[in-house]
Amino acid sequence: MTSVNQDKQAKEKDSYLDMELLRFTTAGSVDDGKSTLIGRLMYDTKTIFEDQLEAVERSSKQRGDENVNLALLTDGLRAEREQGITIDVAYRYFATPKRKFIIADTPGHIQYTRNMVTGASTANLAIILVDARNGVIEQTCRHSFIASLLQIEHVVVAVNKMDLVDWSEERFNEIVDDYKDFASRLDIPQITFMPISALLGDNVVSKSENMPWYQGSSLLYHLETVYIGPDANHVDARFPVQWVIRPHSNEWHDFRGYAGKVAGGVFKPGDEVMVLPSGFTSKIKAIHSHDGELEEAFHPHSCAITLQDEIDISRGDMLVKPNNKPRVEQEIDCMICWFSEKRKLKAGDKLFIRHTSREVKAAVKSVQYKVNVNTLHKVEDEPEVGLNEIARIHLRVASPLFVDEYSRNRITGSLVLVDPFTHETLAGGMIRAL
Amino acid sequence: MHKSYTVTHLEHLESEAIFILREVAAQFQNPVLLFSGGKDSIVVAHLAKKAFWPAKVPFPLMHVDTGHNFPETIEFRDRFVADMGARLVVASVQDSIDQGRVVEEKGPNASRNGLQTVTLLDAIEENNFDAAIGGARRDEEKARAKERFFSHRDDFGQWDPKNQRPELWNLFNGKMNPGEHFRVFPLSNWTEMDVWQYIKRENIDLPSIYFSHKRPVIERGGTIMAVTDFITVQDDEEVAEKVVRFRTVGDATCTGCTESAANSLDDIIAEVAAARQTERGTRADDRRSETAMEDRKKQGYF
Ligand SMILES: Nc1nc2c(ncn2[C@@H]2O[C@H](COP(=O)(O)OP(=O)(O)O)[C@@H](O)[C@H]2O)c(=O)[nH]1
Repeated sequence: MTSVNQDKQAKEKDSYLDMELLRFTTAGSVDDGKSTLIGRLMYDTKTIFEDQLEAVERSSKQRGDENVNLALLTDGLRAEREQGITIDVAYRYFATPKRKFIIADTPGHIQYTRNMVTGASTANLAIILVDARNGVIEQTCRHSFIASLLQIEHVVVAVNKMDLVDWSEERFNEIVDDYKDFASRLDIPQITFMPISALLGDNVVSKSENMPWYQGSSLLYHLETVYIGPDANHVDARFPVQWVIRPHSNEWHDFRGYAGKVAGGVFKPGDEVMVLPSGFTSKIKAIHSHDGELEEAFHPHSCAITLQDEIDISRGDMLVKPNNKPRVEQEIDCMICWFSEKRKLKAGDKLFIRHTSREVKAAVKSVQYKVNVNTLHKVEDEPEVGLNEIARIHLRVASPLFVDEYSRNRITGSLVLVDPFTHETLAGGMIRAL
Repeated sequence: MHKSYTVTHLEHLESEAIFILREVAAQFQNPVLLFSGGKDSIVVAHLAKKAFWPAKVPFPLMHVDTGHNFPETIEFRDRFVADMGARLVVASVQDSIDQGRVVEEKGPNASRNGLQTVTLLDAIEENNFDAAIGGARRDEEKARAKERFFSHRDDFGQWDPKNQRPELWNLFNGKMNPGEHFRVFPLSNWTEMDVWQYIKRENIDLPSIYFSHKRPVIERGGTIMAVTDFITVQDDEEVAEKVVRFRTVGDATCTGCTESAANSLDDIIAEVAAARQTERGTRADDRRSETAMEDRKKQGYF
């Protein structure tokens, strides 16, 4: 134990300057073993501290649990602990010498589609848990649909509780076939199947001795090595202006820096850029950061761009390349997931849209159809969209948005709907081609 | 086409925090950065400098001052604020006590930590602050794991864990009704390790009490406490000189230290990597009950 620790320690000290970041989300229905799996990953990577473990041991005893319940580690709030269920997205962190991981831990209840959508919106990878005894069930389909809707690049189908099916290769293959069968209707670029036991640790951090027939890697190894480079768009240059930096100091007298985070493509000094919505063009004078001028900027860099010409630019504008522009639209077609318990959505509703650094008024023109997330069937002629429902809608906005299709760019292709009175965030939306 | 577009985890986290800070400046009328002189708030202030450079940070810093400070922290605070050219607002718990807004706890474990909430909320109201930026991280404590970057507070300053706004992609909704405010946490996705690695990478200056030094201490309830003017040593408690350092900087009455010889950032990083206790584990205020943090947060604590 000590030597592992010292080893880990020595490596971390030297290598943290080139560690990568992977964000993933976990989904499964209740009791599939999601909390146990996360507890196991954190425990085996030594992320759990003594005092946290002690607190969990204390709570396990109070509840009369037989073993130390690793699931309690990931159960945050009091109400949830009392009900014994996770009801909101919780974020967890662990690291190995190779990567830092951010887990969006989302509950699997039918009524919480919104949580999975939220967790999936920033994830590079999704782990979908299946109980080996139950196989592919309705919830598995729903979770996979959401992963594909949110365009998660990599999906891991973790077939859990293999210990309860005698580590059976046959059972595993049956589930893999079932899953492939229905996943063929979805758009998921990479699916990896793994037989695991979250409770006993098989194939979680190290390879299982109980399943010699399994040729693949352990879950952690996969998380550490899966290639995440191309997840961001490095082709279509998009720079939403967040804030204008004007120092008003003698040293920086005429400085006007357009601050933002690159949403796509690559920007370099000297590049010709076009400003939306005005359409004026100029050249990039410099790309500034506090650490010095940058030779290039791409996602996810936050920087400040100065231009050679004085143009009136403010928050909500976007810098792009003249030969590769986003669509400039007042009619928006999107898939939404509705989050509000208090109100529903219907044609004629007036709302606010947040899209990149823009906020505009919008009216709902029509609800085209809803999607039954379990069967993937379209449901037409239902005019209202309620909590946890997914629908395709048409919006008309008061001033144009600069959009790409969500499948092309997650940042310029996404939006949220906001209630003009309560200011509640009502829905998340993914923009489609018109 | 191009070499790989890989970015390190620290670059990701830095860029995300800068994005959040710029959103705050853009979406709110009158934000404030809560500055305790602790490492997390120092890192947030450092990121704010980077976010708005070469301009100055477009909002003031506020210290909620319990009056129970380590002198090193106050010295550091004043120097730091002067270097930044920022405006400092000091909200004093002593003033809240003098005005009868709060009643001081009694007894050997008396702490002003709980009182800070009233002082903080009063100061937010008096100054019309509509966003208070803090250095809290989700990995610190389990009630924080579900906290948002933009955390909505009602007009009593309270946090309702059941009624939080979903946050998707990098779209943050800071709209609110008059009297309400937001707490904003740019370091949400950072761990203690990330913070230390970043301090090292950026060569950020810290108050000396983070590094190993000798001082008189007592042991109380399993925690090593510094002997200061603010705590009363009991008859059965023994004062001893120990080589210690602090892992967090807070109210001197409830912030414990750990025995440590780490006196460089490399030593601290090695220590954090090997640590078997979370840093809040050294804070007596969280030990009071299993859900102590959640209860305090609901009332409007940091
Ligand atoms: N036998 C066995 N039991 C498991 C396994 N993983 C989880 N469990 C048990 O299944 C139950 C539900 O697990 P939990 O992690 O709370 O499920 P969640 O609702 O998906 O978070 C608990 O009693 C776990 O101990 C496994 O791999 N094998």
